[in-house]
Amino acid sequence: MLETLLMLIGFQLAGEALGVALALPVPGAVLGMMLLFAFLMLRRGVPRALQQGVPALLQHFSLFFIPAGLGVVLYSKLLGESWWQMVVALVVGTLVTFIVSAGLLHRLMVLSRARRRAARREVA
Amino acid sequence: MATLLALARDTKTQPLIWLFATLLAYRLCLTIQQKTKGHPLANPVGMAILLLVGVLWLTGTDYRTYFEGGRFIHLLLGPATVALAVPLYANLPRLRQAFWPIMLTLGVGSVLGIVSSTGVAWWLGLDEVVVRTLLSRSVSTPIAMGIASKVGGAPELAAVFVIVSGVFGAVVGLPILSRLGWRRDITYGFAAGLAAHGLGTARALQHSPTAGAFAGLAMGLNGLVTAILVPILLRLVAA
Repeated sequence: MLETLLMLIGFQLAGEALGVALALPVPGAVLGMMLLFAFLMLRRGVPRALQQGVPALLQHFSLFFIPAGLGVVLYSKLLGESWWQMVVALVVGTLVTFIVSAGLLHRLMVLSRARRRAARREVA
Repeated sequence: MATLLALARDTKTQPLIWLFATLLAYRLCLTIQQKTKGHPLANPVGMAILLLVGVLWLTGTDYRTYFEGGRFIHLLLGPATVALAVPLYANLPRLRQAFWPIMLTLGVGSVLGIVSSTGVAWWLGLDEVVVRTLLSRSVSTPIAMGIASKVGGAPELAAVFVIVSGVFGAVVGLPILSRLGWRRDITYGFAAGLAAHGLGTARALQHSPTAGAFAGLAMGLNGLVTAILVPILLRLVAA
């Protein structure tokens, strides 16, 4: 767990530094994820420490959202009188984004698989 | 109970009490999720938040006091987000195969995430501040707050919007896709990360590491694309 935390926090801090240096609007953790991904690609493998520690950490990813989420619920007084219109906007927006994205990705993946299969048949 | 309350009032033990309460609430809600055989409404994050809101209200505790203990859990959110690179790397062959479908979906999903809620709010005649704040609904909280403050929205309101849509997306996502027959891990994960960012990712990770990996990828890329697109789209609308 020690090596895992050292690597993950190290990459997050590297991400924070990169974000500040390039004035990127993305949080350090997200940049750190991309940096770690690039590192794993270069290294062509996952270090043993991460293989052991990461599944344990990600198993309870939901837990880490609770303190921030709680703060936000206490903020929800900000919604004011027109709260239900806002909820409608949020619900519709989330549904549309989710369903259209999933449908599009599904179709595109079916198409690209069919094309690969056709290409393979041609070669054969 | 009275002793516990006395303990909670003692500043020396206070942070530990709220750390414990958060872990306990989460554990309890996991059990409820298992007992209801993963019923979509039994979302552990949503339930645990509501439970803790009740506890804070009953004990008359303010959020700052709670966060003295809660922040130890909050701090792990960053390293855990970084860790999403590991399951993503394990899915490298699938990522390579689906590269173009994923990139195209990212483009469409990002634009939809920006305009969908904003469009509905505008049509319903909501305040301009609210309409502008909704532009950043589909990205994770820190990015959303940053965008909102730049484009004339309200950062705190942005955080509320992000969490509400995240819990909603996490709850309805899988049942909808099961019905539509688009249940593959990549499809579900990527769409959940696009539409419901971190909370969608957390739910996808419970489903499978692959779904979680693609949700994390979608969340990261969408944050980047949205932060770039929002100012450009606003300029187009203004012109």
